[in-house]
Amino acid sequence: MPRLTRWGIRAALIHLMLGFSLGGLILCSKATPACPDVWPLLPLHRELLMLGWTAQLALAVAYWILPRFPGGSRGREVPAWGALMLLNLGVWLAGAAPALAAPRQVIVVGRTLESLAALAFALHAWPRIRRFGM
Amino acid sequence: MPTLTRWYIKTSLAWFVAALSLGVVSYLLPASIPSSALQPVYLHMLVVGWITQLIFGVVYWMFPKASLERPRGSSTLAAATFILLNIGLAARAVGEPMTALGPAPIGRSLILVSAGLQWLAGLGFVANTWPRVISPSPHSTEERRTRFGAPRRRAQG
Repeated sequence: MPRLTRWGIRAALIHLMLGFSLGGLILCSKATPACPDVWPLLPLHRELLMLGWTAQLALAVAYWILPRFPGGSRGREVPAWGALMLLNLGVWLAGAAPALAAPRQVIVVGRTLESLAALAFALHAWPRIRRFGM
Repeated sequence: MPTLTRWYIKTSLAWFVAALSLGVVSYLLPASIPSSALQPVYLHMLVVGWITQLIFGVVYWMFPKASLERPRGSSTLAAATFILLNIGLAARAVGEPMTALGPAPIGRSLILVSAGLQWLAGLGFVANTWPRVISPSPHSTEERRTRFGAPRRRAQG
């Protein structure tokens, strides 16, 4: 398991736990007023679990298991590292902005970073999507 | 494929079928029933019952071995995670529509149980998976062997 994969999976696991914790509090607040009102954090809950957990785990595992080039190289690492960094930054900007009543532009920036993360990872992975041994 | 992974994957498929069926049912119900009765359950059956559970099962199967003695970490914790996740989600699937349709103390109790169980399932999965996020190498085998507190074997001969 390469270093980038380990970092990505650990970040995904942290996002999973944070997302589940927020989800638990939101669910709890549906049942009793004793739970804190965390409804403004619903967008963060979604971002953490859909992109911070699921998508990030998929990217990190894809970097690990996609076919390698002759000699064992996984190709250009910079776009892959960039994808992880952009994704994490984007998740927090787009997810936390509504709860912080930040300007709408912050969400747009967050979503843009997430899109760039997808593009960066596609640039990295595209040449590796081929038959094993080629 | 370990037995527990087969359980995870088969149960995830069952949630997948159930979620999509609920998606059909939700459009056949009278318009007087609020969307909050089924929509959140439908979404969580898909993303927790299907996608997340499938990931949990495949990760348990395919991630690097944690140690020679306990290659997949604690099998008890992994099984507990499976049970907590599914009972938690089922409690939500029953409790949330009950609460949305009217004052139902049982429904609210089920929601609280669901929140706690699913949170514990997440914690169990992370605790069991974290030590397996490693780069296997022959030099680190001894170090990994001790991570879960497993007894060290005495040298033979």
